[in-house]
Parts: sequence; structure tokens; C-alpha cells
Amino acid sequence: MADGSQSVTFLALILPFLAAAIAPALTRVFKHNAAWVLALAPLFLVVHFFGYLGDVADGRTVTGGYSWIPSLGVDFAWFIDGLSLTFALLISGIGTLIVLYAGGYLKGHEQQGRFFSFILMFMGAMQGLVLSDSFMMLFVFWELTSITSFLLIGFDHAREASRRAAIQALVVTGLGGLSLLAGLLVIWAATGQGTLSGLLATGDALRAAPFYLLALVLVLGGAFTKSAQFPFHFWLPNAMEAPTPVSAYLHSATMVKAGVYLLMRLNPVLGETVWWETILPVFGGTTLIVGTLLAIRQTDLKLMLAYTTVASLGLLVMLTGFGSEIAIEAAVLYLVAHSMFKGALFMVAGLIDHEAGTRDVRRLGGLRSAMPITFAAALLAALSMGGLPPFFGFLAKEEIYAALNFSGGWNGVFTVVAIVGNALMLVIGFAVALKPFLGAAVETPKHAHEGPVLLWLGPLTLAVVGLVAAVFSGVSHHYVSEPMAAAVAGAPVEIYISVVPHASLALLLSLVTIALGIAIYLLLDRARDAMAGVLAAIGWGPDRGFDQVIRGLIRLADAVTGVIQNGRLEVYMVVTFVMIAIAVWTPMLVFDELPSMPSVPDLTFYEWTVFAIAIIGLGAVVYAADRLTAIVSLGIQGFAVALLFLLLGAPDLSFTQFMVETLSVVILALVMTRLRLHPSDHRPTPEKLLDMTIAGACGLGFALLLLKVTQIPFDATLSEFFSTYSYVIAHGRNIVNVIIVDFRGLDTLGEIAVVMITGLAILALIRIRVPRTSKQPEAAS
Amino acid sequence: METALTGLVGLFYAVSIYMMLSKHIIRVLLGIAIFGNAVNMTIFTAGRVLREVPPIIAEGRTALDGVTANPLPQALILTAIVISFSFFAFLLVLAYRAYQELGTDNTDEMRIAEPEGEGLPPLGY
Repeated sequence: MADGSQSVTFLALILPFLAAAIAPALTRVFKHNAAWVLALAPLFLVVHFFGYLGDVADGRTVTGGYSWIPSLGVDFAWFIDGLSLTFALLISGIGTLIVLYAGGYLKGHEQQGRFFSFILMFMGAMQGLVLSDSFMMLFVFWELTSITSFLLIGFDHAREASRRAAIQALVVTGLGGLSLLAGLLVIWAATGQGTLSGLLATGDALRAAPFYLLALVLVLGGAFTKSAQFPFHFWLPNAMEAPTPVSAYLHSATMVKAGVYLLMRLNPVLGETVWWETILPVFGGTTLIVGTLLAIRQTDLKLMLAYTTVASLGLLVMLTGFGSEIAIEAAVLYLVAHSMFKGALFMVAGLIDHEAGTRDVRRLGGLRSAMPITFAAALLAALSMGGLPPFFGFLAKEEIYAALNFSGGWNGVFTVVAIVGNALMLVIGFAVALKPFLGAAVETPKHAHEGPVLLWLGPLTLAVVGLVAAVFSGVSHHYVSEPMAAAVAGAPVEIYISVVPHASLALLLSLVTIALGIAIYLLLDRARDAMAGVLAAIGWGPDRGFDQVIRGLIRLADAVTGVIQNGRLEVYMVVTFVMIAIAVWTPMLVFDELPSMPSVPDLTFYEWTVFAIAIIGLGAVVYAADRLTAIVSLGIQGFAVALLFLLLGAPDLSFTQFMVETLSVVILALVMTRLRLHPSDHRPTPEKLLDMTIAGACGLGFALLLLKVTQIPFDATLSEFFSTYSYVIAHGRNIVNVIIVDFRGLDTLGEIAVVMITGLAILALIRIRVPRTSKQPEAAS
Repeated sequence: METALTGLVGLFYAVSIYMMLSKHIIRVLLGIAIFGNAVNMTIFTAGRVLREVPPIIAEGRTALDGVTANPLPQALILTAIVISFSFFAFLLVLAYRAYQELGTDNTDEMRIAEPEGEGLPPLGY
């Protein structure tokens, strides 16, 4: 790879983020027309990635990157093959149209700049996700898409439904992201490969590894949550709370396909096992059926589309899981087709909402003359979604039915699942694209008319591309479908399917699907009521389960906090000192480090006297019946300590101690006489005994520890250092003073600062008088 | 000497912890004052006790002669005494002001920051 191309690709990776940074300022200047400028960023990406099409179609891959964390073997590296290139083109191509669409959709919204910023950030994250080579980079971008999705779903943060949907999406996909991280780490540990390109070159190593199943389940945890597979599907319909450009872009065309991307990417190393070919089709097939059935129930255009998106993702997972080459071709074709027609239909739904003021399919009708361009785009997209020739969706559906034509016990079941699913999707596609436009004109909240060019450009372009790509299927297969399928299959693939219908079993199944779909479409209202009845009978779903889990978490947190943080100082102190006693005693007992029995101390008469004074002082503090006695006794033990220091060769300590103790007693006496405080003990006897036990255990523990310390040999290196250099270097004879003002001078400076700050804090405490009604006085603010 | 001192240090710890376990703020304060002494004596004892002679270099010499007390723990304790005194003074004033504002010296009754029976936090989104 030439260096120039490398830096351009790097620029392409960061360009959306740069555009996101300038979007708010640009929007302030140009208002909604900033979209025309901002769309240049994704357009640049489209042009740049188009340049790789030829190389990739010839079977080459493009890699490049920079060193990121060399010590961990993590690089900022990208890897472009047919799979990532197709995704990159979808992301940047649809992204260009979405930016323009958002310009029209949120025209006049005061936060439009922020919206542009979020959606461009998402684009950058998604782009990075599909181009990443190293696992760490993949994971970071993966999580970044979850976070930007959270920001976009919660864009209208004043509504509770928005906030809930945003949190729900973040929790579900975030947890999935953690699962993915664990899975990638397992793969990394099992194969020693930290990059996708490296991993794909290992062949069967991962399948043979003992942790294969663990890695598979963890990776699926990430993929299934991101791609909304049953039973994690519930966050996706709720995410429709986001503005429509977000639904069209993130929640149908790109982000939700990240899970499918991951599965396709890892298919060559994780696939072709019994587990893979069981779990994926079962979950995918279930999601397909559940998604379409729930879609029938909806009346909101966006929700109908959202559930069919769930269903389509299920179909993709199912196909990826079959493992046969033709199934992979079908998955690839369907993924591309779906991105285009679903993105277009979402934009149409938003356009209808924008112009007519409602998205309720029962309150819409006869818009074809008012909005002809929108109708055209909707019709083209719906025909593709319904799988009719000559649209790209037709190619996909023919290939799907061809893929089902394999031998296996569950063949029949999956065929029925696919037929029912596809028929229901055709129903929804027609319901969204036809119902609002056909029939008699219905009174809508707003007087409907055709939207501005910014709004219809996107859906129309996508719908037309879906048609052109199918008509020139040879070209699109050569440059897009075949390289992508080859990357998924791990071997070169050739696709022959074209828009010309040819007699085969697949065509027959297609006809069955279309007939079934049209039949249900005519009975849609009745089917909807029936589904509503079934759902009401079931009553519970994962969506309500999510609420229950979140509430349960809050209750649990509250209960735990109530126990740990109960607001009683006494309890905190008891726990603290019990832990200290355990910490002191355990090592001594477990490692048999108890001190040996000391000999009876040999002290002089006056030394014993000082000890006695200290003990009497301590006893008096505990048993003092009034506050003056307690204060005086505190002074007694302090002076006894000062005397000990004096006797044991520490005159400096002694003087300081004398001064401090005197000051303490004086201040205490001054403060205490102003307050009606009881210094004596009011604890009931059992409590006293407990506290005494804890205190005794701590005291004895410290004493034994100290005794042990004094029984091991003394290392006098430091003391000798000070003795040797005190006069020679620092020119002082009193070594203690030299240490304080010279060797550890900075330390002393810190100490002085502490004393000064304490003085200021005390001053503040005394001076601040807050009214009775407010809370506690602020300490040292 | 060290053996006798360790015993005394243990007693200092026991008494100060016992005082700190009380509900009455003034007893907690007394406990903290004693705790400071206990810690200082721990450092002192751990540095070994060599009796009377202070670590001062005699006139005309450049280093210590013979056995003297260990200077390092003394320097550390000197800092510690002053710090623990400022700490004590601050806590004393804090207790005094808390008593003035709240009218109680019982820590169980000081519950403005963590009121009892607050109920669950909001369960919505």
C-alpha cells in the first residue's frame, strides 16, 4: 500500500468526527442548509472507497494502519475486503443521503447542529467498526456506536419515552458489547491472534480450541443484542422514539447490522460447526417469525417498519447460520437490498409524518396526488421489499429460496418460516408504501403536500439504486456481492442470479409467498386485531421485563445502601475497628508470627511512676463523671507521655508535647464550658462490653505487633546516615532539628501549610452563621 | 523498656478506641486526642529505645559518639504531634458548631445528610 493512500484512508476514518466537531458552528451560520456542506464528508468517503472496488473485486484486500499500543500488540489498523468495503459503502452512501434528509427533517429545530454532530459521530464510529482490523479497535468503535445511538435515541430528551428507550438501548447493547469484549479476549487467548486478518488466516485453530463454545456464546451475546435477535429484540422498536433520520440510518440500514457483520466476519473461523448451524438458524428463524407477527399488530408506520427490521435481521442471522455457500450469497444480497429499501421506506414514513402530521396508517390515505415523488420512492422500495422483479429484493429472495433447498432434517421447517416471514414482510412493505397513498383522501392533521428536495432526495435515490443495481446485476455482483460473499465464505464465490425469472423451485416458492402476502394484505385489519388479542392474552414481554429488572435493581441498591450506609457513625466505627482487629490478628495467627515471651522489664523507680501516672490518666478519662475531670485527665495522660519522651532522650518531643497538651486542655476547657455536653458514658452494659472487646482486641493486637517489631533486628542505616551527615552537610548539631528543617524541610513546609489551612478552616467554621432553616454549616468552604 | 512501652501503647490504643466507639461526640474527640499519643508512641518504640542520651553531636565532633537515642522517629513524631494537634482543634470546633446548629451531641441524632426513612429513589426514567 502506498503511503499516500494510507493517510487518505486514515483521514476517511476520522473525517466524520471532524465534520461532527464543526457541525454545530456550521449550522448556526447556514441553518438547515449546512446539510449540503456536511454531506460532503460522507460523499468524500463514498468516492474514496469506490476507488478500492476494483482491487477488492480482484480478490485483493487492503490493509494499513499505525502503531497504537505496541507493548500490548494493539495497532490502529484497518482491513478492507469485500465485506467491509460493502458495509463502508452502505454507511457512507446512505449516510450522505441521511445527512441531507436530516437537514430537511429537522429544519428550524434549535438543536439541529447537535443532531448533525451526533449522527456524524455515529457515522465515524460505524465506519471504524467495519474497517477495524485489531480487536481492541473493533470493540472501541462497537461501543462508540452504542453510545452515539444512545445520544440519538434520547435526542428529544424532554420526553420520558425517549429517555427510557435510550437507556434501554444502551443497557442492552452495552451489556452485549461487554460480552463481545470477553469473547474477543477468549479468541485472542485461544489463537494468539489480536487482529481479524490474523484470525482469518488461522483456519481451523479456533474451531479446534477447547474454549470454542465459550467464545461462540460470548460473541453471539454481542451480535444478538446489537442485531436485536429475539429475546433481545425489544429495544429496537422502542428506539423508534428517535427522530426518523436516526431510525432510517442507525436502526435499519447500518448499526443494527453490526451484529450480522460480526457473524459474517467470523463465519470462516467460527462457523461450520454443529453449534453454529443450530443456534443461529433457530434464533434467527424465531426472530423472523416473532418480528413479522408483531409488525402486523402495529398501526404506526415507523413501528411497522421497525418490527420488520427485527424480522429481517432474524432472516440474515438464519441465513448466515446455514453455512452453505448459497445461503451466504442470499444473506449478502438480502443485506444490501434491505439496507436500501428499508432506509428508503423509513425516510418515506418520516416524510409522510412531516407533511401530513401523523404516522398512523389508519388515518392516512389518498396522498398519491399530493405527494407523487414520495409515492414513487415508496412504491419502488416496497416492490423491492416484497421481492418482486426487477428489484434487488427479488434477487435476494430468489437466492434465499434457493438456499433453503438443501438437505437436512429441518429443511421443511425453515422453508415454511421463510415463506411466512417473507409474505408478512411483503404485507408490511405494501401497507407502509401503498395504504397512505391509495384509496380515498383522508383528512390529515396537516394539509399534505410534497416535501422539499432535501426530504425526497434520499428515499428516491435509494429506491432507484435498488432498481438499477438489480437490472445491471452482472456489474453489482462483480463489484459488490461476489467479493462480499467471498469474504464471508472465506473462499471465492460466483453469483449468477439475475432479474430474469427462470423456472425453478425458488420461483415457485416466490409465487407462493407473493400470493400469501397479497391475501394477508387484503385482510390486514382483521389480522391486526387478531394479533392484538393474542398479545393481550400473553400480557408479559421482555420489554416489561426490562422495566421490572431496572426497578428491581433500584430496590436492591436502595436496600444495600440502607444496610451499608445507614447514617449511624457508631456502626461505621464498629465495622472499621473490627476490620482493623482482624487485619492485625490474622497474619500473626495464620503465619505464626506471634512475638516470643518478653522478659520482665527492668525499669527504674521513677520510670514506673511515669507509667503509673499515664495509666491513671487514661482510666480517669474513661470513668470521669463530669467534663472538667475528663479534660484534666486528658491533660494528665498527655503530660505523662511528655515525661516519657523527656526520660528517653527526646527533649524536643517533650517540649512540643507539653505545649500541645497545655493548649489542648485550655481550648477544650474553653469550648466545653460553653456547651452542655455530657462527657460520661451512657452506653448500656452489653454495648459497653462489646465496645470493650473490640477496643481490647485492637489494643492487644497493636501491642503484640509492636512487640514483634522490637524483637526483630534493627536496621539503623537511615539513622546512621543522619548521624554521619548532619554536621558535615547541614552544619547542625541537634540531629532532630536538622532532619526537620533541612533533610525533610519540604515535609515541614507541608506541615506548616496544614496547620495554616486548619486555622483558616476553623476561622471559617466559627464565622459562618447560616440561618436555622438551612442544612449543616459548610466545613472549610 | 520496649516491652513496658508496648504494653502502655496497647493500653493507649484500647482506651482511645473504646472512647471513639461512643455515640457522644465529645468522648469521640477525647478518644482521637489519645489516639494521636498512641500512634506517636508506636513510632517512638518501633525506632528502639536507647535511654537518656539525646541525639546531639558534641562540640568539636562531626558525628555522634557512642549510643544515643534514634533521631529519625523523633523528627517524624515532632511533625505528627503538630498535625494531630491541628486536626484535634479542627474537630473540636466542628463538634462545637455541630452542637450549636443541631442541638445534640449524639451522633445517632445527627441525620441531616442521611435522613431516616427517605423511601425509594424515583423508579421512572
